[in-house]
Amino acid sequence: MGLQSCININKEWDIVGARQMGRDIAKKIGFGTVDQARIATAISELARNIYLYAETGQICFEVIDTINQKGISMIAVDSGPGIRDISQVMEDGYSTSGGLGAGLPGVKRLMDEFDIKSEEGKGTEVRSIKYVR
Amino acid sequence: MDGKFKKIVIDNSDTIVHMWLDEIDSLKDGNYTSSITDELFENTNREFVNVIFSSIQKQGISISLEEFSEKLINLGWPLSYITDGLQVFRRVTVDYILSQSEQVDSTYISDVLRSVDLWVEPIIRQLVNEYSGSWEHIVSLQRVALQELSAPLIPVMDSITIMPLIGTIDTERAKLIMENLLEGVIRHNAEVVLIDITGVPVVDTMVAHHIIQAAEAVRLVGSTCILVGIRPEIAQTIVNLGIDLGKFPTKSSLRKGFTAALEITNRKIVDLEGKEESIEKMLDSLNGE
Repeated sequence: MGLQSCININKEWDIVGARQMGRDIAKKIGFGTVDQARIATAISELARNIYLYAETGQICFEVIDTINQKGISMIAVDSGPGIRDISQVMEDGYSTSGGLGAGLPGVKRLMDEFDIKSEEGKGTEVRSIKYVR
Repeated sequence: MDGKFKKIVIDNSDTIVHMWLDEIDSLKDGNYTSSITDELFENTNREFVNVIFSSIQKQGISISLEEFSEKLINLGWPLSYITDGLQVFRRVTVDYILSQSEQVDSTYISDVLRSVDLWVEPIIRQLVNEYSGSWEHIVSLQRVALQELSAPLIPVMDSITIMPLIGTIDTERAKLIMENLLEGVIRHNAEVVLIDITGVPVVDTMVAHHIIQAAEAVRLVGSTCILVGIRPEIAQTIVNLGIDLGKFPTKSSLRKGFTAALEITNRKIVDLEGKEESIEKMLDSLNGE
């Protein structure tokens, strides 16, 4: 595990900032353009979820650099309303905001590892990892 | 009390200015861009210290302060120059006053600090306000400029219109895209609208959702929407996200989209028979004889 850098999400334009930061890190690690786009899209989804549902939160990036694997780990944390039924939000097409409902399941498919923890009224934490192939 | 300190400071202004200039000079190396020449730096310092003293004397904001801040903003000096300068001035002045007084106790020190703060604070406030005001002005100008660029509609030919999108799409811009699109379709009487997303860096569910909505709205007013400029990596992320863009035609490039649009409007591009070609044919026929 290497350096960690975080970015706060408070307004819509912070999503762009987070995306840019993640893309830069991904580029440095050595991801190809397709994976860079995947990572940027995943960040965009997570950051937008924070902005839409929790209003404020944080996204942290960590560089994974071991002998076997290289990759990027990102953690999206907020202390918003939380999610009551996680299996429901992981279904395609479920949305409470009139969106497409492809955000979280989409992120899971875009990344290699995906883990979501949430407690109602306390907040949500999403961890996901993408490895360089 | 305040008047006494002021008298000390003004009577010994030369010494204080000297001390201030020395300290500021030592700050220069670390903090500010090396592009500022020594001469300019020195002149600005002198002007700065004059402004400070004139505002202490006049007890309030003077015109020279406004002029000075305007000049610094125009030259693009860092705000830290001003805050550092005033911080140093405060330190130097407090030191000087204390060194000139025989009897120093804690109330005396707090009196000195308070009166020096009273001189320095309005200057800081004024200068910082001017700076942030000028930044806000720039940001608002850029926002207007960005809005003008955000959703252009180009009627390329009869009943075919193109909307090229470049850059990030946020909620506000998505609304504008929708409005401009529908208004433009009706105004230009367009049968086909091409939305070009070559310049959109990331297509996430929100952007896709807005595009789908816009295309659906275009369909409702009786036109066809073709999404063009889908780069390979964007295509892959859209598939990964599981977004269904099957309700309207999509093409990889604007050129292909345009050809499709021509087909829909029962037209096609035909190469004119070139002049040279006909001359060659003539020569060929001559040679044949």
